[in-house]
Amino acid sequence: MTENDEFVPGIEIEQLQLLERLCNACAVSGDEREVRTIVLEQVRPAADEVKVDALGNVLATRHGQGENRLRVMLAAHMDEVGFMLTNDEEDGIFRFDTVGGLDARQLAGKAVLVGKDHVPGVIGAKPIHLTTGDELKQTITLDTLRIDLGPGNSGKVKIGDRAVFATQFAHLGPSIRAKALDNRLGVASLIELVKHAPVNIDLLAAFTVQEEVGLRGAHVAAYALNPDVAIVLDSTPANDLPPYDAGEQGSENTRYNTRLGAGPAIYVADRSTLSDPRLIRHFVQTAEESGIPYQLRQPGGGGTDAGAIHKQREGIPSLSVSVPGRYAHSAAGLARLEDWQNTLKLVYAALTGLYSEILSVER
Amino acid sequence: MKDLIKKLVEAVSPSGYEAPIRQVIRAEVEPLADEVRVDNLGNLITRKGQRTAEGLKIMLVAHMDEIGVMATHIDEKGFVRFIPIGGVRPQTCPGGRVRFMNGAAGVIGAERIENLSKAPGFEQMFIDLGASGPADCPVRVGDIAAFDRPFLDLGKRLVSKTMDDRIGVAVLIESLRRLGTTPHELYFVFSVQEEVGVRGATVAAYGLEPDLGLAVDVTAWGDTLKVARMEVALGKGPAIKVRDSGMLADPRVVNWMVHTAESAGLPYQLEVLERGGTDAQAIQLSRAGVPAGTLSIPCRYVHSPSEMVDYDDVQHAVSLMLELLGNPVHLES
Repeated sequence: MTENDEFVPGIEIEQLQLLERLCNACAVSGDEREVRTIVLEQVRPAADEVKVDALGNVLATRHGQGENRLRVMLAAHMDEVGFMLTNDEEDGIFRFDTVGGLDARQLAGKAVLVGKDHVPGVIGAKPIHLTTGDELKQTITLDTLRIDLGPGNSGKVKIGDRAVFATQFAHLGPSIRAKALDNRLGVASLIELVKHAPVNIDLLAAFTVQEEVGLRGAHVAAYALNPDVAIVLDSTPANDLPPYDAGEQGSENTRYNTRLGAGPAIYVADRSTLSDPRLIRHFVQTAEESGIPYQLRQPGGGGTDAGAIHKQREGIPSLSVSVPGRYAHSAAGLARLEDWQNTLKLVYAALTGLYSEILSVER
Repeated sequence: MKDLIKKLVEAVSPSGYEAPIRQVIRAEVEPLADEVRVDNLGNLITRKGQRTAEGLKIMLVAHMDEIGVMATHIDEKGFVRFIPIGGVRPQTCPGGRVRFMNGAAGVIGAERIENLSKAPGFEQMFIDLGASGPADCPVRVGDIAAFDRPFLDLGKRLVSKTMDDRIGVAVLIESLRRLGTTPHELYFVFSVQEEVGVRGATVAAYGLEPDLGLAVDVTAWGDTLKVARMEVALGKGPAIKVRDSGMLADPRVVNWMVHTAESAGLPYQLEVLERGGTDAQAIQLSRAGVPAGTLSIPCRYVHSPSEMVDYDDVQHAVSLMLELLGNPVHLES
């Protein structure tokens, strides 16, 4: 336990390699096995108790020391958006549906991996040679798209199998590019926190399932854990692009959501949650006192597991903190290592300063 | 009751930030109640009475939050971009004034409207606090504000921001004040975050596990020009809700309310609301299910900065509440 005093959250080669494994794993909502396997392998040696619940959430506990410890739920969802095969049209061609929020306009021409054997395929796109002028102006809809595994490969998969983008993790100097950074960044952070749990709290880690289809795993995990406080670790879009790209006329992008390089994004409000102001204050104060950069995510749409957690039982004070990332829910996202490291630093510092007094003030 | 109503509507407490209104309500109910507490999400929960052999555990709820706006960006000229919190109607915004929790006030401006037949969207509006840039702007991202409009007493009719649902809060406080003996264990709950999805009532109902739930909230109106067709008018008494888009009121609860009003000779209307909901829907679906209903105060111009109610309706609502709560409840279909 003394290691806690010496722990300085950092992103070294070990953490990067783990993130790479997590991002390259395939875990579309409802079939999170591959990520769960890595999570279990990582947290089992460190945690006091580990269990997998009926929906597939991994619940790992580390007990702290001292009186009146807060029971703090830390949640990170393991699942990612992706595809599910729906119809076998023979010769390796499959109709499919999307799982979670995906933009059908972004899919044509992308390489995919299908099923537990990661059978390679492609979401076929019509060659430009054969595309007419009228077609170029039309939006491609999901029902015109197919996943093509190549002739003779139909037998390697079955209806109901999930598919993901085939993008492999790349370390690009100060940045990383990968699929599923939403939310393997959160999963990797939470693994690190389980390994180096602050002793002043009981850390109740929930690696959740089915977030992308409606916060379903977190709903039951929060019921089971019944914590005093919940912190959700996720990844949120950074739309910090020039104003023309953000769809604005003026010289200023006013709808960036978050910005890369500006540090962890603390949530005030999204579609599903109004964060607990006591926790916002605590995280902001911690960041300012520790000299850790942070940003307030622009209030707006979107949602995290906090949406399900804070309404569970008699109400659970909740806050979300995200690593900003560009191009979320697409074939390849982009994030900054320093934002990830600062997120880990901020969450760790805020947890080490989290005591029951914070709840003695009324919200 | 008008002084109380004025005090309640003037508090600034948008969803999620109900501390100021909770303080006002607490000062009113603390001398009247057997027990007062605040839960994890900020609901103010007040108990009155102990359950007797012929009594029930009843959850009464009026929400204390209000709709508002939240800052998303301070632009280079000091204008504050914002999103709505709760069901703000964009056409009611331009020219309106808002007040932030820190006291800062501003006016809502809008871009030049090219198409006069279309109301501007929130992305075309901004709040002008008189600042010249981010440096001298007293607001930062994430700060929340409520609409600012003074209370207007027209005699029989009262107008203000936030009649939704401070008028329900006033009815509950006045009912608690005038309540005689009751066979019931009554919980007067002043809930948070109703306007963003009945979140406060959801957790309060889970915690209280009541036998019966009753919300007091405003409802829409059908008695002005070219308005949605609705058989509810101001001045014809409080409305007993039959359905809205979030709940089919328990018919036994509706009957209980109707019979009670008729026996006491109190005016009432029956309400069928096309769109909208109340905290009662959260109570109804709590745990294993709870018989639930709503007593509504007819209110014109709901979710605008000038919501109008009829003072007689408000007083009759209190009288009906006292009849409902002072006697044993027999739910019959």
